Amino acid sequence: MDKVKKITKMKLFLPIFSMILVMMINVIYDIASGNAPFSFFTISINNGILYGRLIDVLNRGSEVAILAIGMTLVVSASAGTDISVGSVMSLSGGLCCMLLAGYGVTNVSEYNVPLWVGMLAGVAIACVCGLFNGFLVAYMNIQPMVATLILWSAGRAIGLLLCNSNIVYVRVPSFQFFGAYCGIIPTPIIIAAVCVVIASIILRVTALGTYIQSVGINKKASRISGFNSAKIILLCYVICGLCAGISGLVATCRIYSADTNNIGLNMELDAILAVALGGNSLGGGKFNLAGSIIGAYTIQAITTTLYALGVSSAQAPVFKAIVVILIVVIQSEPVKAYFKKLSAKKAAAKEAVQA
Amino acid sequence: MKKLKLGSNNILLAITVALFVIMYLGGCIIYADKGFTHFQTFLNVLINNAGLIAVAAGMTCVMLTGGIDISVGSLIAMDCMFLAVGMETWGMKSPVLMVMVLIIGIVFGLVQGFCVAYLEIQPFIVTMAGMFFARGMTAVICKDQVSIVSDKLFTAISNAKINIPFGGYENKKGIYQTPFIRPTVVVALLVVVLVYLMLKYTKFGRSIYAVGGNQVSATLMGLNVRKTKLLTYTLSSFLTSIGGICYCLNTMCGTTTQATGLEMDAISSSVIGGTLLTGGVGNVLGSLVGVMINGTISTLVKSNGKLVSSWANIITAILLCFFILLQAVFAKIKESKKA
Repeated sequence: MDKVKKITKMKLFLPIFSMILVMMINVIYDIASGNAPFSFFTISINNGILYGRLIDVLNRGSEVAILAIGMTLVVSASAGTDISVGSVMSLSGGLCCMLLAGYGVTNVSEYNVPLWVGMLAGVAIACVCGLFNGFLVAYMNIQPMVATLILWSAGRAIGLLLCNSNIVYVRVPSFQFFGAYCGIIPTPIIIAAVCVVIASIILRVTALGTYIQSVGINKKASRISGFNSAKIILLCYVICGLCAGISGLVATCRIYSADTNNIGLNMELDAILAVALGGNSLGGGKFNLAGSIIGAYTIQAITTTLYALGVSSAQAPVFKAIVVILIVVIQSEPVKAYFKKLSAKKAAAKEAVQA
Repeated sequence: MKKLKLGSNNILLAITVALFVIMYLGGCIIYADKGFTHFQTFLNVLINNAGLIAVAAGMTCVMLTGGIDISVGSLIAMDCMFLAVGMETWGMKSPVLMVMVLIIGIVFGLVQGFCVAYLEIQPFIVTMAGMFFARGMTAVICKDQVSIVSDKLFTAISNAKINIPFGGYENKKGIYQTPFIRPTVVVALLVVVLVYLMLKYTKFGRSIYAVGGNQVSATLMGLNVRKTKLLTYTLSSFLTSIGGICYCLNTMCGTTTQATGLEMDAISSSVIGGTLLTGGVGNVLGSLVGVMINGTISTLVKSNGKLVSSWANIITAILLCFFILLQAVFAKIKESKKA
């Protein structure tokens, strides 16, 4: 019994447990439908590229994983979520493609400006969005979700304006490269891995991670102990914007077009879900980046599994919403208190029996 | 102290009303040739936003308690789809379906309210999950667009005109056009009046203000904070369902993408109408003016004819941002006066 408790108390228990659960469902589904039992895990090389459902999950999960980095920091520092990430993704992709193609042009096979200018502009506008959100939250003391609600609505609309309400195609191989394959490995996987490594190095080597957690646990106390709380919160939102920008560019390169209406749609739910699944409290404070990343890939595994089960992309949110509610209900204080009471009662009964 | 509080709130409402008047008069001057000055244009704003008015009334109540409900847009989509599929595919009668939609709204609100009030989860997370749940359920009910054609009663209500005896004009052919409103407008305005009276004169209404003003002192006063919150979220979803029926009477169809971003309109209407995001201060009549401002913005964008419709979104967002900042500034002034 104690051993079980020790395992369930582990930091990464929730994300890894749910990951295993999803994989089990896949195995059961494969057996039930008469496929090879472990077809979920088989990886082969077809036409010179890695192929398999696991690779697919890793590949498609890149955007969520990158978003989860920023979202984890925001949740930790400000006890609120940034719901504008999906719109910011679409905005950064839209600006990048608009610059690369030129305003009003919908289909190009040659760059209008150098590739790096477009990419940089896409990431920069996302950082500006993060700055805007962060300013409202940190300096104007507005609840994070209300502050980010503004860009949630306006971001996509501005993206649509930039693209003249069209889908802008950029049919250049070097642009498609970032959403396609680098050798045999899908490039998004590499981009996500680089982002995660850089983020964890920064959080490990510098004291930033500790600062963020301290601000999240008690904003006033950390200000009194000499941190600039507002600046740290602002920084978290800028990082979240940066992540949304990178992730938006990956999503754009994947389809080599700026489909402003659909890029990053419902992505904010996935990112928040990843953070919650990672065992992080949505009430702020301590965070666990590794958990969020595993959570992100778990979300993608859930999505892929749902598609495999024949659920359409429009229906998938139902299941994800149920998962979110279940997780936050388990995490909520009254439920925790109830279970504590229950186990205390059990212990008391045991003692009574022994006595 | 009390005087100052009243003052800043009245200023917010006054700014809102002034903004509406300026915007409308500006529209009348710029687009006079496109019929903006007709009384009917004003009534059309009401007709087009009848659903939103009911939703905003519910949203105002939720925001008065210091919470927020972003599930409303998706809930409306689910309601519309349910009505459409119920009439066309299942062959049910519209009165039965309307009652069922209202019950769905109450149940939906009870679940959300329970999660917020008794499980102490942040309202935003709960209602966001609700939003995605409802949007997904819409697709589960039916993936395609369903138009309502077969139910005679529903079509009759949708097409019914209530003529207004004054304010008509002669069109280019010299035929007298009587201004009219739809039954949905009557329903929506009735909702606003009832919610206004409820907030002002009933025990429940007063406890909503008390809970939003200061939760701790509300508890100390002996109010049941949790029950009040639960009922408020239920009321919001119930009013959203009424709004959903009005919305469906306007569009006469159900699609999965219907009413996307309507929560944003409802929230911005309430905020523009002077409801404080921190709760405790606000007025449902202000929200009505907020809806009218939103409606006028989209009418202006449409009247221009050259602007892309996403401009309406952007202008609303800018207005929302402006009013949120205004609130923050007022709050800071108040704090500094206290200290």
